[in-house]
Amino acid sequence: MSEILNDETKKVLIEPLVDNNPITLQVLGICSALAVTSQMSTSLIMALALTLVTACSSAAISAIRNHIPGSIRIIVQMTIIASLVIVVDQILKAFAYEISKQLSVFVGLIITNCIVMGRAEGYAMKNPPLASFMDGIGNGLGYSLILITVSFIRESLGSGKLLGIEVFKLTKDGGWYDPNGLMLLPPSAFFIIGLIIWAVRQWKPKQAEAADFKILSIAHGEGGHH
Amino acid sequence: MEAYISLFIKAVFIENLALSFFLGMCTFIAVSKKISTAMGLGIAVMMVQIITVPANNFIYHALLKENALSWMGITGVDLSFLALLSCIGVIAALVQILEMILDKFFPALYHALGIFLPLITVNCAILAGSLFMIERDYNLPESVVYGVGSGFGWALAITVMAGVREKLKYSDIPAGLQGLGITFITAGLMSLGFMAFSGIQL
Repeated sequence: MSEILNDETKKVLIEPLVDNNPITLQVLGICSALAVTSQMSTSLIMALALTLVTACSSAAISAIRNHIPGSIRIIVQMTIIASLVIVVDQILKAFAYEISKQLSVFVGLIITNCIVMGRAEGYAMKNPPLASFMDGIGNGLGYSLILITVSFIRESLGSGKLLGIEVFKLTKDGGWYDPNGLMLLPPSAFFIIGLIIWAVRQWKPKQAEAADFKILSIAHGEGGHH
Repeated sequence: MEAYISLFIKAVFIENLALSFFLGMCTFIAVSKKISTAMGLGIAVMMVQIITVPANNFIYHALLKENALSWMGITGVDLSFLALLSCIGVIAALVQILEMILDKFFPALYHALGIFLPLITVNCAILAGSLFMIERDYNLPESVVYGVGSGFGWALAITVMAGVREKLKYSDIPAGLQGLGITFITAGLMSLGFMAFSGIQL
């Protein structure tokens, strides 16, 4: 029994990292993935906050899943999630005020982050609390992985720093690296995530989507009269 | 009057919710395959935004803000930490009411919007509109203008995106980039275009 549980736990923890990643495959929670990734410190905090909220809300919702009437379940889920987010928001304001200012409304937006709702609706409503908690952690980690990768690329290329510590010496300080300002602007996040998706799908072709239209090869010389 | 016009322009172009704050991205990516559905969703978002931003503004200023309860004779109470909960509650309730009203009086529009209307509750663009309104401390008329502008900006972005994607499906794209990947890159290019507005001082 315990071994089965361990296998199941392992599966829900590992699977969302690459095979069933919430961002690159399930297309959930993209908004914040793009918006907070210009610095590593903000994205680490955001990843931590989201992982905690997803895990705790999944566990809480799963604990009362048999008592929630179907017709109002969205409102009940929303209330639980919103309360947890308020706790996170207040903690951040108390202990990490600067970062909470930088994250601006995005902490509050965890409420409508589709990962949290998606796991509550898709997993926690059907599974016991402990498994739901692990599932929340797993999906949170999958999200964190993408967030940290993107912010690593953006901060190092955009300002030559990582977590605020200089790694590439900038030309304006007499070094060799000329920072790429585009990396700090919003569009770069789109490009980087697009390229990550491409890389993942090249590695795991199963995830690729079929094209709507295929280009048929036209025999050479056909339609010679233009 | 001029201040309101510049606020509107700012909300539509310079601070476009979809392309410079990445809000409502999940639906933005998922529902932008056809121009007609994208436009329907855009109109729905705009409608909800016009109602919810001023409603949340009113509730925040009348009940939640520090010392806001002084009209009831209660002073020194700061309920602003409840803003998140009240915002999402108001949005969920208003979307539900809007759905019932549309079903009763405008059945054609109701059927055109279909599943998108209830889904708007969990669209982060809507919640973000209200949260930005609180963060920037808009008053009631400003919040109306901001609601209209931000909703219109989002609708504009998703419609343009759908237009691009309709053409894009005829192009030859590498297998791994097909679908989601190329959509992201397209959105990035569009966002780059919208960056051009960011130098405008209003």
